[in-house]
Amino acid sequence: MKLLKLVPDDTNIAFLKWRVPFFAVSIVLIVASWIMVAVNGLNYGVDFAGGQEIRATFVGEAQAPVGEIRTTVGGLEGVENPVIQRFGAPNQVSIRVALPAEADGDPEYANRMADRITGALEADHPDVRIDGVDSVSGKVSGEFRDDAIWALVAAMLAVAAYIWIRFEWQFGVGGLFALFHDVSLTLGMFALFQLEFSLQIIAAILAIIGYSLNDTIVVYDRIRENLKKYRRMPVPELLDLSVNETLARTVMTSLTLLVALVPLLLFGPESLFGLVAAITLGIFVGTYSSIYMAAPLLVWMGVTSTSFVPDESDEDRQARLAREGR
Amino acid sequence: MLDFPTWKKTWLWLITAVAILAALPSLVSMTSAQWPEALPDPTVNLGLDLAGGSHILLEAEPSQVAAQRLENLEEAVRTSLRQAEPRIRIGDVSTADGRLTFMVEDMGEVDRARELILPLVNGNGMVREWDLSMVDETRFVLTPTEQGLEQAVTDAMDSATEVVRKRIDSLGTREPTIIRQGDTRIVVQVPGLQDPDALKELLGQTARLEFKLVDQTALPSDVAAGVAPPGSEIVPFAETTAQAGTSLAVRRLGGIRGDNLVGAQQTFDPQTNEPVVSITFDQQGGARFANLTRENVNKPFAIILDGKVLSAPNINEPILGGSASISGGFTTETANNLAISLRSGALPVDLAVIEERTVGPDLGADSIRSGLLAMTIGSVAVIVLMIATYGRFGIYATAALVINVLMILGIMAVLNTTLTLPGIAGFVLTIGAAVDANVLINERIREERKRGRRVVAAVETGYKEASRAIYDANVTNFIAGVLLFLFGSGPIRGFAVVLVIGLFTSVFTAVTLTRMWVAGWLRKARPSELNL
Repeated sequence: MKLLKLVPDDTNIAFLKWRVPFFAVSIVLIVASWIMVAVNGLNYGVDFAGGQEIRATFVGEAQAPVGEIRTTVGGLEGVENPVIQRFGAPNQVSIRVALPAEADGDPEYANRMADRITGALEADHPDVRIDGVDSVSGKVSGEFRDDAIWALVAAMLAVAAYIWIRFEWQFGVGGLFALFHDVSLTLGMFALFQLEFSLQIIAAILAIIGYSLNDTIVVYDRIRENLKKYRRMPVPELLDLSVNETLARTVMTSLTLLVALVPLLLFGPESLFGLVAAITLGIFVGTYSSIYMAAPLLVWMGVTSTSFVPDESDEDRQARLAREGR
Repeated sequence: MLDFPTWKKTWLWLITAVAILAALPSLVSMTSAQWPEALPDPTVNLGLDLAGGSHILLEAEPSQVAAQRLENLEEAVRTSLRQAEPRIRIGDVSTADGRLTFMVEDMGEVDRARELILPLVNGNGMVREWDLSMVDETRFVLTPTEQGLEQAVTDAMDSATEVVRKRIDSLGTREPTIIRQGDTRIVVQVPGLQDPDALKELLGQTARLEFKLVDQTALPSDVAAGVAPPGSEIVPFAETTAQAGTSLAVRRLGGIRGDNLVGAQQTFDPQTNEPVVSITFDQQGGARFANLTRENVNKPFAIILDGKVLSAPNINEPILGGSASISGGFTTETANNLAISLRSGALPVDLAVIEERTVGPDLGADSIRSGLLAMTIGSVAVIVLMIATYGRFGIYATAALVINVLMILGIMAVLNTTLTLPGIAGFVLTIGAAVDANVLINERIREERKRGRRVVAAVETGYKEASRAIYDANVTNFIAGVLLFLFGSGPIRGFAVVLVIGLFTSVFTAVTLTRMWVAGWLRKARPSELNL
């Protein structure tokens, strides 16, 4: 059986040749992302903003009566600008209402409001089936936000510290920067398209960080290995070699994950869509950042082969001598 | 690297077999088949976001506990000094700023009063409950101690949790989870609940029932203006009653509480056919109720529920039987709920619902069905891709992947963890890591073959060189997982748990197991060429 080969042998793509423009673009994208977050803001779901989200199915109808729902819900006391969206099937909707300012200091407000909304829906539409209610008070949502930020920052710093210990400080910084790039771009994307930003998306960002980290470490490991092997090779060339050598693996792994994720995106439950979409996007961002953020930073931070000098074993040395033709 | 003695192989197979066995009950439970009852059945709990159900977070306001505690102290101090022989008279009683202050009228009685009060102040526990100090020789000042207050909040939360449990049990739902969280919160999770509103109504009702004497000296105009005579308080009528909107002045102290009930039932008033709640006191409560009614014949008393007057009937004759019925504009349903709440006891503190998440059972089932379909398609695609790319090695990788999934399920089942939506993200990531490990190894073997190594040496070097990157990648993700678990809240933890378990199993299956299989094959077939 002839096996599939996704990447031809001995590729020699000069990835690092374009490192300056690519890096510049990446920096611009990071800055743009943060500006986008600052200007547009994130479209916080009820998890982070407080308020309630109600999912309902209009069982007997082909199409959910969005207009009528808007009138019913919008007419309730304390409800301003309800967001009513299709969710899954045409007769399913999600109704999102933010907490008004007067809810401050009244932890039960969100819950009472959710009861009012479901009550009004059930009264006006006897065929409605309430599929889900999320109601989060301002107090709890604030805690969610703080927890999520702390968890992310702590995890990223600890991981960078580990890479520093296992490799060199330049690698730690490079890895951290690559993660920062991934998180920034994901946030920017959510701010740009105003996609709902919920706790699930935090889970997705965590998965993206994990994947990107995996990718960065595979490339770094090869760089470390090659730095030991080819002492005299200029660093940019060596980085190119390392990226090319791991290219087959990078393509294959990304493709495998995509193959697993795309069906989830197409046929999976509606509730997983945001999560899976973010992870899918993250695979591209994460792969890109390993090559164009994590690697070029090493050149500029002055990584040299002396960083890993004493580690050469006899076996490696003989292999090197054989390769170098002596 | 490729040397696997028999004992090692035995161990590896044994671990694999145990983990897969542990996963079986979970797999069976996802189908409609029945797991034999005689066998142990650790199953992965599906989170409410997947299986449907309600998650409710309740929070207590600690200041309420403090206020209640102050009132209890005042009552105890008054009773103890009144019952002293001879009686000790006090005046100028104040409960402002969370402190109880009062003056002993006769200077000569100060020491005797002090002796009577000390046991109340010290409490019976390990911590002193109140600080006692004197001002101007005759004024007592009782200030709550921090430890005493903390202890009181803890006790209140403990018994509140117990009350919540009793009330939920009365609904007859299966496997509710009720956990104390932090100092002042209780998490309630009820899977597959049809009617979350009933649950919330039940939990939201404090059910503090009080019987207090109506202060007949109060002027109606004062009551309407909300001004109470000294020693009394203004209590509004409940919205369900005919007198809704008006209030009543009742004596603050000297009433009794409905804590000592042995029974409460929804019944109907024989005359009006209105739904009422019949309550039965225990012996102590019955005696107190008899006393109260005997001493106040022909006076009205108010039946107060959670700070609202339900009714204020006249005491026509002493009620000695220890039972009474309460009316107050109930429907059958509200009367029934109140009966349940009274039976389970009053909550020692009001609980507010500060977070609710409900997923209807239909949506949960839909999620699982379409999730399984999508995962099946994805898995088949991954398997085809792996085998098409790596041939025999792809088959090994696929087998390892299947075992990996089973092991994660098995370990989660044994550890009794819960699989949630974010957990599925963790699943995707660990499976990605496992696939990546095999891709790394196989690509490396290809590379080593290309460099001219012989088959065995290439496989050996491939595993060795790839393992370094796999090790580093997994340790970093492990560190991240542990920190996420420590710092994150619920959903983030759901992700972290799966991630950490999955990292171990993916290294075990994708590296160790495949190496054992490859080694076995190399030994048996002794190939001179690899189709890779």
